[in-house]
Amino acid sequence: MDDLRKRARVLLETSEVKVVIGYEQGTAGKTRALFVEKPDDADRLIFDNHCIQNLAAYVTKAEVKNKGRMAIAATLPVMRSIIQLASEHQVSDNNLVVLGITPERKLVEFGNLTEVETFVHQYEIEIDTTYREKLDRLDKMAPSERWKFWIDELSPCFKCYACRAACPMCYCSRCTVDFNQPQWIPVPSHELGNLEWHIMRAVHLTGRCIDCDACYNACPLGIPLNLLTKKMIEDVRANFEGYQPSLNRGHLMSTYKPDDKENFIQ
Amino acid sequence: MSIDKHLIRKDSLEKLFDILKQNSKKIYAPVPKNGKLSFKEAESYSEIPTGYIQTTQSSKEVAFPRTEKLLDYSKSNEGITVKGIKIDDFPEIILWGVRPCDAMGIDQISAIFNWDYKDEIYNSRLSRVTILGFSCSKADEYCFCTSVGGNPGNTEGSDILFTRLGDDGDYLAEVLTGKGSAITSMLPGLFEKAGEIKKEKFLADIPIKFKNEEIRKKLENFFESDQWIEHSLKCLGCGACAYVCPTCACFDIQDESHGKSGSRVRCWDSCGFSLFTLHTSGHNPREVQSQRWRQRIMHKFSYMPDRLSVYGCTGCGRCSRACPADMNILEQLISIQEAAV
Amino acid sequence: MTDNLYMPYLMKIEKVTYEAPGVKTFMLKFVNEEDQHNFTFKAGQFGEYSVYGVGESTFCIASSPTREGYIECTFRQTGKVTNALSGCEEGSIIGFRGPYGNTFPIDEWKGKNLLFIAGGIALPPMRCVIWNALDLRDNFKDVTIIYGARSVKDLVYKHELQDWQGRKDVKLITTVDPGGESPDWKGEIGFVPTIVEKIAPSSVNTIAIVCGPPVMIKYTFPVLAKLGFTDENIFTTLENRMKCGFGKCGRCNIGKYYVCKDGPVFTAAQLNELPDEY
Repeated sequence: MDDLRKRARVLLETSEVKVVIGYEQGTAGKTRALFVEKPDDADRLIFDNHCIQNLAAYVTKAEVKNKGRMAIAATLPVMRSIIQLASEHQVSDNNLVVLGITPERKLVEFGNLTEVETFVHQYEIEIDTTYREKLDRLDKMAPSERWKFWIDELSPCFKCYACRAACPMCYCSRCTVDFNQPQWIPVPSHELGNLEWHIMRAVHLTGRCIDCDACYNACPLGIPLNLLTKKMIEDVRANFEGYQPSLNRGHLMSTYKPDDKENFIQ
Repeated sequence: MSIDKHLIRKDSLEKLFDILKQNSKKIYAPVPKNGKLSFKEAESYSEIPTGYIQTTQSSKEVAFPRTEKLLDYSKSNEGITVKGIKIDDFPEIILWGVRPCDAMGIDQISAIFNWDYKDEIYNSRLSRVTILGFSCSKADEYCFCTSVGGNPGNTEGSDILFTRLGDDGDYLAEVLTGKGSAITSMLPGLFEKAGEIKKEKFLADIPIKFKNEEIRKKLENFFESDQWIEHSLKCLGCGACAYVCPTCACFDIQDESHGKSGSRVRCWDSCGFSLFTLHTSGHNPREVQSQRWRQRIMHKFSYMPDRLSVYGCTGCGRCSRACPADMNILEQLISIQEAAV
Repeated sequence: MTDNLYMPYLMKIEKVTYEAPGVKTFMLKFVNEEDQHNFTFKAGQFGEYSVYGVGESTFCIASSPTREGYIECTFRQTGKVTNALSGCEEGSIIGFRGPYGNTFPIDEWKGKNLLFIAGGIALPPMRCVIWNALDLRDNFKDVTIIYGARSVKDLVYKHELQDWQGRKDVKLITTVDPGGESPDWKGEIGFVPTIVEKIAPSSVNTIAIVCGPPVMIKYTFPVLAKLGFTDENIFTTLENRMKCGFGKCGRCNIGKYYVCKDGPVFTAAQLNELPDEY
């Protein structure tokens, strides 16, 4: 993507940003994050269909943020994450420039985050068909059967927290699991503890998850934990107006509106 | 004990599995789940896939489980009773399908658990494990056992090492220990005497990329290097590398209580987590990821050889395969080797 | 003791002493007499003290090995386990694993002067070696103790400070930070490093044992150097986050040295070798 490389170079040469976050060639055909600080290194930036890691996870990382103003090569999921992060005051036009990469692989230069939001709102967050089928199958299960499914899927989890580390929305400097007074979530890996961790994380993502699958892609054990987050997206969509990250709407789970549907009260 | 060479026909491997199972041995073998391979109790030979290069998780769980009870306690009006776990009734386990790199890794973990203080819980578990290793005929770009003193047909650490003699061939079975010969003598029909077989031509070709000793020498003056910061920028600070590693043995101790009773457990931990070294006061000796990444490498390639006379890496490549951010350890080590003095 | 390295001794809290806001001392006796009989330790060593169901915490053994029949520990209420310990009353049973770590080489100090410098909650790790020395008083020449805390109420071991003040064979100088004095305070006023410089103890044939918060150590070491102390003759004890206490859990190391095995007692010379990671 020559446009991207050229733009990155210019941003660095003019010191408009101090670091450009993008992708570079990794090992064995994978791609990985690249942090370009010198204009000449911009030539290392690439873009191909392996570039699915959600780079927005890095804009809240202190060592990256503290370099100064950042630019980020952002595909649609990354853009969505950035809008959500901005609505939670974690990034702003002051410290982030978005270099959009459209689904057609064209570079879009955004002047500010409002323009990013306009772009993002053109696309609905659609749950993929394969996942839709899995969710439907889960919905049809009796509660005891579904419980057995989740115990079976989550028991192998060894609590490496790769899911948390890869998720752009998990930026808390002190995660709920890091508290020991009280120990909200048990530390060791075991059936119930694992269930508690994954349920807690999914609930903390309610209204915030933008369905990028970073959690699933990061999991070394291939656990389908993104089924939980996708289910949360569906539930939110069914009970609130639409599902789009938005700069000004306020946080879903802590914003009350008089016309909120209350059909969960039965 | 000198190496006793046998031949086992390719169709007899399944027979071996079945007979071991019938003798009520628990067999832990690579079993697939969600597209990943981990060592689990296998019920039948058909569960074990063929043609894979390496499993996702290591086999260290058989001696160092991810969560392990150390003691139970219960409180009452009369006082408190505390019972340690029983060390002498761990189950007998056959570890099937371990690669030579993993078998070598067992010695490295054992060095940690026997450094001055002997951890009899670990030793007792390990003593009940029989290791059936399988040589590697294939490798990928993540493998680097030959750079850390290993090789794809290394017998170190296995009780029996099987090497397939060609893609559709029979297996050379090198019997290395008493535990191994206990199996072969139990099943003389399956194990024939082997003639002179050169297994080297059936092993994967893994070029040497660096030398352990050179890395160790470089690391003596590498603490302040900028490389740690540059390489760790993309590290996300999860524990995937430590947990899949066959030689990582850092652990946490946690109390879990249920009303008036409960237990104290040991569970896996990783030096990559920010919480690992955090003091209650809030002071953290390793507050940024570069310090934690440095600790990982220095511990494996400098501190462990200095204090325990073993390196902490077997070149299995699992950490690099599992890492969601592509923090490739081989890349980092080559970079250290090539760094200017 | 069983083969299980992680099994604590059962200890009964014989006495609880309130030392300072948030700081308590426990006198502990082994529940099992045979354990008491077999137990030995040396000054400088530490243990893992636990409340069953809550967790373990690392403190030095604050009593001297010359006093048999019990051990003591002093701790400040800071986190989960120390809060739970603080809630334990006399008669409660807690756990203790130890002794771990290296020791003050008190045998090598025979015939020398001893200079103890401590700040705040760092007096407990030194109390073991102070009493060890005082119980073998004839082995040493002059014994000087310089101890300071932020304010009068933060001074720990208040009774023992009176005891040491009264002894003719000990020179005790206590100080509080400027602003921390009470109307009837008769001791010095000033930060510990300043007072050390003022008292200017001789470095000839003297061993200095220093323990305190990092900022105090940072300013005290140069003062000692100016007074002529060599790094081999300055001892301190370090703390780090610990879990196992015997070199396996992997978390207390500073470079290749483990605070639980190569420490907690280090000389200033050894500290100079340590990487900047503590």
